[in-house]
Amino acid sequence: MGLKEKILVKSLWVFHISAGSCNNCDIEILDCLTPRFDIERFGMQLIGSIRHADVLLVTGAMNKKSAPILKDLYEQAPKPCFVVAVGTCPCSQHMFKDSYNTISSLDAIIPVDVYIPGCPPKPEAIIAGIAKLINKLTNDKR
Amino acid sequence: MKFILYFLFLFFSVSMGGIGWWLERKLTARFQYRVGPPWYQNFIDIMKLFIKETIIPQGASRILFILSPLVSLSSSLIVALILITDYFFKQNFIADIIVIIYLLIIPSLFLILGAFSSANPLALVGAIRETKQLIAYEFVFIVSLVIVIIKTGGSLFLSEIIERQMLGNIYFKSFSGLIAFILAFFYLQAKLGIIPFDTPEAEQEIASGVMIEYSGALLGFWKISKLLLYFSLPLFIIFLFLPGKFVDIIIKYFLLILLITVVKNINPRMRIKDVLEFFWFFLFPLGLIGIFLAINGY
Repeated sequence: MGLKEKILVKSLWVFHISAGSCNNCDIEILDCLTPRFDIERFGMQLIGSIRHADVLLVTGAMNKKSAPILKDLYEQAPKPCFVVAVGTCPCSQHMFKDSYNTISSLDAIIPVDVYIPGCPPKPEAIIAGIAKLINKLTNDKR
Repeated sequence: MKFILYFLFLFFSVSMGGIGWWLERKLTARFQYRVGPPWYQNFIDIMKLFIKETIIPQGASRILFILSPLVSLSSSLIVALILITDYFFKQNFIADIIVIIYLLIIPSLFLILGAFSSANPLALVGAIRETKQLIAYEFVFIVSLVIVIIKTGGSLFLSEIIERQMLGNIYFKSFSGLIAFILAFFYLQAKLGIIPFDTPEAEQEIASGVMIEYSGALLGFWKISKLLLYFSLPLFIIFLFLPGKFVDIIIKYFLLILLITVVKNINPRMRIKDVLEFFWFFLFPLGLIGIFLAINGY
């Protein structure tokens, strides 16, 4: 574990992308900022601009319109940048598997580091997912 | 020998700025019944920004885009150095207050230029708002400085203002001084871009506005510049209105941060029209009353 990772995991700035979700996962992400869960104590911040992002939280089933935008957003983010799939939809398309306008799951479009299944995942599950990401960063070298 | 001292002072003001900013975040968290970040959070954030990739957008004017955070950083460094050497060494030059005013305008000015050069529509909106705010608050701050200068008998030396108050009559305790302090306090709040006046960086509306295209090391320079302003602006206001011994000044600095945080947490964000009205039609007449009182010796 290098110094870079040590610094990086202590201040993960999170950018939240909704790629056509039903809003349930988005509400659960916002729950992580409330007094009960408070992820700011780990140095995580929800930020507004993609240029400041370290982690992309992607929710929702990708459809034909949002997939190219998502790809653009991933390219606009400064590297090193990590992607977390929140909810079952980006993990495995969920019930939109045979839908006419969805393309594929998230990992076919951009590389995904952590999957958080659930419909919607609880805030505890989201925090556990971020903890998984931190473990992944600190254990193996990128 | 003196150069080493200067570097120590700069290190001190950067770390004090970081602690002050952390205090603001931590107190905000405590007001909302949250735990809040650890004390080293701002330093870690800045270190992280320097290991990230720096992206320069395609349509941007490269020179201005790269230069503006550096100019802003250097001018805020000079302000911190002038203030501290004024206090400790009594080393000053003619009309250093006016130099400080100009140096304090430079970060905002280059923030506007950097936002304009970044070729982003949201940054453009933020830059326009910042321009309007700049016109609003600088005007009021100069009125407040005029009151202080009248009370000091027309002297433009910062060290003379400090010395005169150290002898006994602190300006904060007089009527006109109190009015001037109120004006300067709202200037401080607006200059640091804290909540009632954070329209140029409004995260919910225009996605951190003026900063939107800055990433990596360039954003890090902006953050260091803001860190320095977090220390040197309250310090300047303390020197103007309630100076004292060194330990007193540090305590007053933390109290001022506390006051800023309380105002931040009990107010919503103002619209830009309301900001202009507040500064021009409420604070400016108050400042005129203050000048009148100062001339008559109250």
